[in-house]
Amino acid sequence: MSFTPGAELGKPNLDVFCETLLSLARSDRNVLAVTSDSRGSGRLASFAAALPEQIVEVGIAEQNLVGVAAGLASTGKIVYAVSPASFLTARALEQIKNDVCYSDRPVKLVGISAGVSYGALGSTHHSTHELATLRAIENITIIAPADNLETAQAIKATATMEHPVYLRFGKRPLPHLHPPQTQFAVGKALTVWEGTDIALIATGETVQPALMAARKLQTQGVSARVLSMHTVKPLDVDALLQAARECRAVVTVEEHSIFGGLGEACAAVLMQAGIRIPFRIVGFPDAYLVTGSQLEIFEHYGITAQGLARTAQTMLAT
Amino acid sequence: MTKLELKVKSIQYRKTLLGCIKRANAGHTGGDLSCLDILNVLYNRVLNVSPETFDDPGRDRYVQSKGHSVEALYVVLADRGFFPESDLETLCCYRSRYAGHPTRKVRGIEQNTGALGHGLAFSVGVALAGKMDGAAYRAYTLVGDGELVEGSNWESMLTAAHYRLDNLVAIADRNRLQITGCTEDVCALEPLREKVEAFGWAVREVDGHDVAALTETLGAVPFASGKPSMVIARTVKGKGISFMENDPKWHHHVPTDEQYARAQQELDRLLREVQA
Ligand SMILES: [Mg+2]
Repeated sequence: MSFTPGAELGKPNLDVFCETLLSLARSDRNVLAVTSDSRGSGRLASFAAALPEQIVEVGIAEQNLVGVAAGLASTGKIVYAVSPASFLTARALEQIKNDVCYSDRPVKLVGISAGVSYGALGSTHHSTHELATLRAIENITIIAPADNLETAQAIKATATMEHPVYLRFGKRPLPHLHPPQTQFAVGKALTVWEGTDIALIATGETVQPALMAARKLQTQGVSARVLSMHTVKPLDVDALLQAARECRAVVTVEEHSIFGGLGEACAAVLMQAGIRIPFRIVGFPDAYLVTGSQLEIFEHYGITAQGLARTAQTMLAT
Repeated sequence: MTKLELKVKSIQYRKTLLGCIKRANAGHTGGDLSCLDILNVLYNRVLNVSPETFDDPGRDRYVQSKGHSVEALYVVLADRGFFPESDLETLCCYRSRYAGHPTRKVRGIEQNTGALGHGLAFSVGVALAGKMDGAAYRAYTLVGDGELVEGSNWESMLTAAHYRLDNLVAIADRNRLQITGCTEDVCALEPLREKVEAFGWAVREVDGHDVAALTETLGAVPFASGKPSMVIARTVKGKGISFMENDPKWHHHVPTDEQYARAQQELDRLLREVQA
């Protein structure tokens, strides 16, 4: 039976993360989860019940969370520091910068309920800044998996990484985007849909609407390529340049501010490679975001099949 | 090492330290002199670590949370053979490993510090791992008193008590000064001992320049089974140089040629007295 990307609904990436981490931790007692009263609305409860010696709870204290994680990692522990992306990457930014990145401690920072996953809870709970802040910090890999396969593979890959890494994902069930046998590698973008008119380069939970846009565009006679740029840093420059050379326009899509994230990373690569084609960054504007669920916020800012298809058509018409 | 030998080292370290600071035309002179006797006792009497065992998972860990006093640490590490003493000549020079705050590029440095309020959390992680693994090592960290106003320290104190980390030792360099002036005028810490005890720690106070008392106190950890230990070391910023003592201006002041000569003369005189 052939695989159709996006046809079958999977689980929330948060659930896949918890299952994968539990399986890693069962086979290696050095694998630890460190939490700041942040067990993913109870989803890490099964980990705590199964392996109580391998979970470290520090209470609501994100700075401490990251510092303690760095200390644990310095002794050879394989440490996943788990906290809502917003608090982890803003409250504890100096600990990430100094204790983890500058000191080169291979902590796996896991930002849960990332982007606007908290929806109507508002801006205090949103992380629409951290791709920019973390990209500007030396010595950290940044991964935003788009579906369950990417999440499971990314978590497994990070276990043996010797340098810091940040992962971000949300809690909404996501469709499967890749056939089960897909080879995932950190730093290598995955093609979700082939196309040659326009490239939609997306990351994290915006890959799904990008795929839906490509399918919509197909019915309108436009061939759109969709790349899952799950690793935002280091960027897969080869895949980006190839897409830009084989297509007539590029649109980037991210659950992040339009400043400093995937879009500006791609723009810098293309400009410095001398590639001048229509280019658009889709994300959140420099403004007070509307209130709503994650999908309502996506809709408001054009991160939907219809919104992205319209953006693509406009760009190809110019 | 005998008490007399330790006392001699304290003076010799000060002479070397001032030479480094003068040559580099940079350094946190006052705080270096404040914590130098603590470092002397730690590295010569307490810590189970040496250049040969620095990669051993069972070594004691020392993290200098008050990273700005790095020159004092470099001087002691050089004396203990972690790197050649001649390396000290490159302090803060272009492309030198020896930056103005500790980094792991220097052998003997456990963790990069410099931003304040970071060393304790890291040391909690190290101590926690030691408990998990049933390891015999201890985690030691030196915090400045001005630094103690950073809230992250108190988060870490809570965690250390919660996990009953009696293999963790924090030493507070209580010189009562910070860059602006007296700690009690900037943001009062007292009663410090009672605050730390209320956070679940066992606390002892000691004269932070009395090498015998420091040896005895640091040798008595844990002060209570199941509790992290804090040593409040009563120190004098600028200790050992008459015109630097208790003057916040020496936080990161570099002596003039004349001041440098006077300081070395004072130390030479002290050395003759101690050796007599
Ligand atoms: Mg002080």
